[in-house]
Amino acid sequence: MNMSNENDPIKKAREIALVGNPNTGKTTIFNALTGLRHSTANYPGVTVEKRTGWMRISDEDISVLDLPGTYSLLPRSLDEEVVRDVLLGIREDTPPPDLVLVVLDAGNLERNLYLATQTLETGIPVILVLNMWDMARQDGVEIDLRKLEKLTSVPCVATVGMKREGIEKLRQAIALALEGLTDIKGPFSIDTFLPAQLKTELDRISVLIEGRLKSRSQGVFGEALRILSDSHFRGPFFTGNKSRDLLQAEVLSVRASLKQCGIDWTSVEPECRYAAIDQICAEVVRRTSKTVLPFSERLDRVLTHRFWGLLAFVGVMGIIFQSIFSWAQFPMDLLSHAIERVGHLAQAWLPRGPLESLVVDGIIAGVGNVVVFLPQIFLLFFFIALFEDTGYMARAVFVLDKLMKKVGLNGKAFLPLLSSFACTVPGVLATRTIEDRNDRLATILVAPLMSCSARLPIYTLLIAAFIPKVHIFYVLHLQGLTLLGLYLLSIGTGLGVAALFRKTFLKGNRMPFVFELPPYRIPHLQTVVGTMWDRAKEFITRAGSVIFLLSIVLWFCVSYPKDPATEARFATARHQSMLTMTGKALQERLGDLEHEAKDLQIRSSYAGSLGKIIEPAIRPLGFNWEIGIGIVASFAARELLISTLAIVHHVQTKGEGMTAGLVEALQKQRSLLTGKPAYTPLVALSLMVFYVLACQCFSTFAIVKRETGSWGWMFFMIFYMTALAWSASFIVFQGGQLLGFQ
Amino acid sequence: MPDIKRTLDQLKTGEAAVVLGYEGEEDLHYRLKELGLIRGTVVQVKRFAPLGDPMEIILRGYNLSIRKRDASKILVKPETRDLDLCLETVLSYKYRVAG
Repeated sequence: MNMSNENDPIKKAREIALVGNPNTGKTTIFNALTGLRHSTANYPGVTVEKRTGWMRISDEDISVLDLPGTYSLLPRSLDEEVVRDVLLGIREDTPPPDLVLVVLDAGNLERNLYLATQTLETGIPVILVLNMWDMARQDGVEIDLRKLEKLTSVPCVATVGMKREGIEKLRQAIALALEGLTDIKGPFSIDTFLPAQLKTELDRISVLIEGRLKSRSQGVFGEALRILSDSHFRGPFFTGNKSRDLLQAEVLSVRASLKQCGIDWTSVEPECRYAAIDQICAEVVRRTSKTVLPFSERLDRVLTHRFWGLLAFVGVMGIIFQSIFSWAQFPMDLLSHAIERVGHLAQAWLPRGPLESLVVDGIIAGVGNVVVFLPQIFLLFFFIALFEDTGYMARAVFVLDKLMKKVGLNGKAFLPLLSSFACTVPGVLATRTIEDRNDRLATILVAPLMSCSARLPIYTLLIAAFIPKVHIFYVLHLQGLTLLGLYLLSIGTGLGVAALFRKTFLKGNRMPFVFELPPYRIPHLQTVVGTMWDRAKEFITRAGSVIFLLSIVLWFCVSYPKDPATEARFATARHQSMLTMTGKALQERLGDLEHEAKDLQIRSSYAGSLGKIIEPAIRPLGFNWEIGIGIVASFAARELLISTLAIVHHVQTKGEGMTAGLVEALQKQRSLLTGKPAYTPLVALSLMVFYVLACQCFSTFAIVKRETGSWGWMFFMIFYMTALAWSASFIVFQGGQLLGFQ
Repeated sequence: MPDIKRTLDQLKTGEAAVVLGYEGEEDLHYRLKELGLIRGTVVQVKRFAPLGDPMEIILRGYNLSIRKRDASKILVKPETRDLDLCLETVLSYKYRVAG
């Protein structure tokens, strides 16, 4: 922001903010107003997402801000705190809005008016947007808009955000309101419903905060009411030392004298506000038919049934798992082949050398590491959006809450943990629906323990190589059982750790665990796909950029430093064989030389040195330094362990054949010191356990840092997971040896 | 009339009741009050989750899931009038807030 903008009032864009309860379709209104012109960022210093966009009204660009969904202006979470602070104009990074659109669910006016009346009391010009108007009508709810306008003294507009209905009217209302042409009859207040004693007592608090709400002097009343009601004194005016003590003392004295008049300060605001709302609704809302929806009701009888409900839940999760691990496989294979082709093309085009290596092994491989996940991510987000849109998600939370409660989490933690089986990054992003801080932190911290799909190729390889193909009791497959065991280990550890955290340093809650169970709806394809796309885009930008950059860093670590003497030696050898050999023999010889060169290169590279450095630490787990290099490489993408092992063991890296060749090479490999096999089933088991529990993913680090807003939590996560992985592998390997296994 | 104070979690499926207040003064209760669970509000138990907890209740025209633990802090007076599952009756039948 430059100075001329600040000084020139004409150039400073005017601001509109959207507030509303969760599930009111606020975002559909935001999208309808701004079209594609929006961007997301974080509010400085907090992990709350800031969505801003632009709309144009008669040649003027107006900034539109989509505030997080909230039930009240008395905040219980960071999200809600941001909403209050923006509306009161006390956030320095966000100017106070010139107009607020309160988005309400027309079918649920009573509860939605709670936040709306609070917003009216801030003194900012308001438009009430009654969204999902069509569904409300369908459910037999009729609302007299003109009467509502009269009672609230602000314009009211009916909309259907999803179908873009009523948006033109809303734009007109916005234009009028910004011109100050709205016919306002006086500020709304729940004043008349407050007991007289409360009003006089509230003035004592108002006096103390009056000067501090410069931009919104009308907001003092509402803030005083909130200060009175918050038992923990969390408001923005309880920050300075001396003034805070003064304010706190006054609040306590006010509460005491209210108690003497028989007024309970812990419930007076909601009671008076609902009294006001009841009166509004009595005049405005008419229900023309029964509100019990036969369709929703019948569906609920099945989906929350003691038996069928659980079965349906398992079925739904089965479909999601199936889609992630099986249906996504085909497009994933196609993509990885395509990327390989592009790599070959680039190889053919570019001259041999560092540039070719950077493009093929760094950039193209880096893009590939991101792109290959997209089918899974799209499918996962599609199902999540679909279940949210139909209303099933709330039922899944309802069905599962009791189980999750046993480990100290809540039902909403289920979806993030499930998503983490595909990839931790969307899993961590999905924790945003958990309002309570401690619940959310615990969920984030254990999400990386869920075995993500990047670990699967490693399990598959090691199991194929070292777990015998035997049957137990004729039907159970030992290899399959091992894989199942790894997943169970991941789930069990994750839940156990969550329980531990919630019992120790993440104890207690700030919010009761309540959530709305909306009626079932026929999903709206455009919304589902739109939501899926928005989230996938976030994955690509957030995780994609990290994975991509790290792939290049890692390429560098694996390719440098170069030893000119060795390179020259290989060049000579190549040249010589070209002179002495022809045909197939020459091709074979060149291939061998290529592998030898790659092997030497990786061994003498930075990554190789790092692998050697960490060898003493991983030796007790049964790992040699080749595995050490693989572990280092895994930080860009876990599956790189496989290609690293392939390089150090001279395996042809050509498509499908690679795994089979590698399996053989690993089985044959002998330790140079002892002459015994370097990779035994016990080493493989120890390595798999290590991969289940270790946090080897920079994208995860980045997303955890961003979502917790703290380096501390990120380092804590890395530390505890590494300690856990190391100890578990130590126990497996050393214990196994003691028991006589190899 | 005999005093039949009970807590919300003790109601059976289909039963309706009027909220009388809260047991204990807990900060956590405030959000429940903001969601409309205040003195005089009529609530009806819709169902319990398959594993017995949480429970689904209807109030003020919408459905809310609440854990039994939280519900056990809400004092209610069972509504003896015969309310069937028709929400309309629940809605139109509302006590005025005392005070």
